[in-house]
Amino acid sequence: MARQLTFRIFRYDPSDPGSKPGFVDYKLEETPRLNLFVALHRIREQQAPDLQFDFVCRAGVCGSCGMMINGRPTLGCRTLTAELPTTITLAPMPAFKLIGDLSVDTGTWFRGMSERVESWIHTQKKFDPTAEEERMDNETAEKIYELDRCIECGCCIAGCGTANIRDDFLGATALNRIGRFMLDPRDERDSEDWFELVSTDEGVFGCMGLMGCDDVCPKELPLLEVFAYMRRRMTEVARGKAKPDAGTCLPVIN
Amino acid sequence: MSGLITTDVLVIGAGLAGERAAISAAAEGNEVVILSLVPPRRSHSCAAQGGMQAALGNCAKGEGDSEELHWLDTVKGSDWGCDQEVARIFADTAPVAMREMAHHGVPWTRVKGGPADYFIKGKKVTLEEPHDKEGLIMHRDFGGVSRWRTCYTADGTGHTVLYTMDNMVVQLGITVHDRMEAISLIHDGTRCLGAVVRCLRTGALKSYLAKATVIATGGFGRIYKYSTNAIINQGTGQSIALDTGIVPMGNMESVQFHPTGIVPTDILVTEGCRGDGGLLLDVDEYRFMPDYEPEKQELASRDVVSRRMAEHIQKGKGVPSPDGDHLWLDLRHLGEQHLRTKLREVYDICMYFLGVNPIKELVPVRPTQHYSMGGIRVNKDGHAYGLEGLWSVGESACWDMHGMNRLGGNSLAETVVAGMFCGERLGQWASKQTLSLDAGLAAKAVAVQQERIDALLGDGLGQANENADELLNIMQETLQDKVGIFRKGDELAEAVDTLRDLYQRAQNLKLRSSTRGANPEVALALRLPGMIKLGLCVAKGALLRTESRGGHSREDYPERNDKEWLNRTLARWPEGAAEPDISYEPVGLLESPPGHRGYGGATNIPMEQSVQEYNDNVKQEWIKQGWHETATPIGAELKEMVEYASTKES
Repeated sequence: MARQLTFRIFRYDPSDPGSKPGFVDYKLEETPRLNLFVALHRIREQQAPDLQFDFVCRAGVCGSCGMMINGRPTLGCRTLTAELPTTITLAPMPAFKLIGDLSVDTGTWFRGMSERVESWIHTQKKFDPTAEEERMDNETAEKIYELDRCIECGCCIAGCGTANIRDDFLGATALNRIGRFMLDPRDERDSEDWFELVSTDEGVFGCMGLMGCDDVCPKELPLLEVFAYMRRRMTEVARGKAKPDAGTCLPVIN
Repeated sequence: MSGLITTDVLVIGAGLAGERAAISAAAEGNEVVILSLVPPRRSHSCAAQGGMQAALGNCAKGEGDSEELHWLDTVKGSDWGCDQEVARIFADTAPVAMREMAHHGVPWTRVKGGPADYFIKGKKVTLEEPHDKEGLIMHRDFGGVSRWRTCYTADGTGHTVLYTMDNMVVQLGITVHDRMEAISLIHDGTRCLGAVVRCLRTGALKSYLAKATVIATGGFGRIYKYSTNAIINQGTGQSIALDTGIVPMGNMESVQFHPTGIVPTDILVTEGCRGDGGLLLDVDEYRFMPDYEPEKQELASRDVVSRRMAEHIQKGKGVPSPDGDHLWLDLRHLGEQHLRTKLREVYDICMYFLGVNPIKELVPVRPTQHYSMGGIRVNKDGHAYGLEGLWSVGESACWDMHGMNRLGGNSLAETVVAGMFCGERLGQWASKQTLSLDAGLAAKAVAVQQERIDALLGDGLGQANENADELLNIMQETLQDKVGIFRKGDELAEAVDTLRDLYQRAQNLKLRSSTRGANPEVALALRLPGMIKLGLCVAKGALLRTESRGGHSREDYPERNDKEWLNRTLARWPEGAAEPDISYEPVGLLESPPGHRGYGGATNIPMEQSVQEYNDNVKQEWIKQGWHETATPIGAELKEMVEYASTKES
């Protein structure tokens, strides 16, 4: 017999002065391969037409549907109810501004992050439309892609001890982004350029080492290695030992 | 109270096409604001996996490639339904676009010189990759192409290109307002002045006034029940253009079904699966495609492979399942290393959503709605017919390089190419205009929308007895069942009737909620009538087009008819009408006369006119339809090319 599921969902509309934050229960019968994308749409269609949540690709690649599922930040679309107990508690991710119910403002946060780490290739070279593309060995391209796979879902921030107590912490996603540009031979920034941003409490030394980010990252980015590498690299800069070309040989990923 | 925001260029949609157009427009000195339903990096461009076509010819199987070959493959792929001149602009610009994205940071997969193993037409082969191309952008095989030319980043191409593009937008400091939906265009009957925009955070309306308004909102796949599209691909941009009553949609009946949506959930697994050697098997685990398509096999164009799959299922060779009959995609022979690197997203999708391990198991697939070749009809600069100052790029537009079928990898490339090319032209155009600050017109347009929202949140619209979710489901099922891969006159007529009725019913919506802020029920109720209108354009266009061309396949008219149907459908929706008006225009100047595609096996009724006679008529017919003069006079590039060819001969 199909299970009767109880979805205990956080409801709050910050734009409505009469709205009070709290959990509301919705019952739904489990169907084969039911995931939270389908379940939440069913609840919206049948029981709560104004329930707010975010899905876009519903295929685990766009990063829209990060939410707290039984206390753990993860992607709703990829979560099957079969893997969960009959009572499923859903809450919005902390550390981001609440828009309403399960929806949080990751867009503003991530744009701010991109601006802060200057998430673009810094180069003096101008693009020459008549020239062949600059060559890159495929192994380097693969290493960059490994870190470039971050989907900005925000799970690492929601799951981070430091990010939840201080707003200015860069967090795993930003440090991973920095790692991506450190690896990229097209980017001319060197260790000294990164030092101000990365070597502080807002940067890699604010991390308490709980590594919740690494536990919850849906794309299984090598965040442990990224943090370890950053600490070491920044320490080397402080000791005046950084090699100018160190950025091209991040030994993180194979 | 509603806010009024002014800018030089307003771009609606922050996927690849919109962002690239914004970058070009900004480079021409314009202030640009981009609106997006979602944070830019969540746009559906990010989900594109397989790659982008550009004739760089860097790998062994790409040797001898050229823009000319890319152009010809595109024209054949379109079943001669495209604008050949636009296809040429596209093929010529694509290599520069790929290199530019490389310069800005896309980690393209690169050529590794030396021996490399591939699966080609079911056989393992070893090829020698050229050492002199080491480190240049690598290519994979795709459907309907004469050379390997798909540039890719593993199977995360759209993701890496979109992230790089959005990095450029951040670097340039271009303003993005996310969670904003344009719900109507502000216009005076001849000129577009901007848009009325609903904030999806608060529900409040604002008006944006701009010299140029650019619609880049992607496709409208979600009018179908089973679509690979993201759930935001509801045709919001096409709807507001159609609502003007002036701007026509081009070739709306031209809808693409991708061979490999997974069953259930309809999530796409890339054409790169077959490009890299994946095979299609039936219920007996028999490889059936070579029987139908001996030359191209699994890698014929998408319309052809999808039809062959549907045909094979109809013969009883599908695999029965609770979610309907499907076929198998076999990737097992590609091996773990390949599946966990070059097809890693595919591996994850199969594992997470199906519980199927593609290294060891077969993947259930069937043809699934995937792409809208049709859209807002624009001239070759991207300027919309009929309304000055309105532009469109990418999937939302009918530019029209895809005609009745687009090749895999050509649409992702189109986003960047059209963004570059049309973005520059609209940027130059906008920089010569003065901003028309008609606050009265804007306030009136906002009031119309506010009234609609107030009615929805109050007593409801009209008779207030219809539920938006219910109408949405009927619409999606109607298009799915009656305007699918194979189409028949009687079913299409039924679809038109049902949709016409649904459109009337959508005038009587009643909400169940009354939340005034970011209420998703309001968003759906506002979008629904527009979606039904787009559906009617698709169904009516399909009913009237009594031939089979590309993705439009009529069982009752199986031949491609170049005598009567070498044209593009235009659908306009006059104010207050119950259904669209349909008219036609020539496809464009013919350089390659219609012929055989080399796959698909259909027969053709030849054209009676000479190519010269056909071409003589093109410009007059376009002007009649509301075409804007292009920045480069029409036909100039073609003429230059012909002249160049003749000097080479002499």
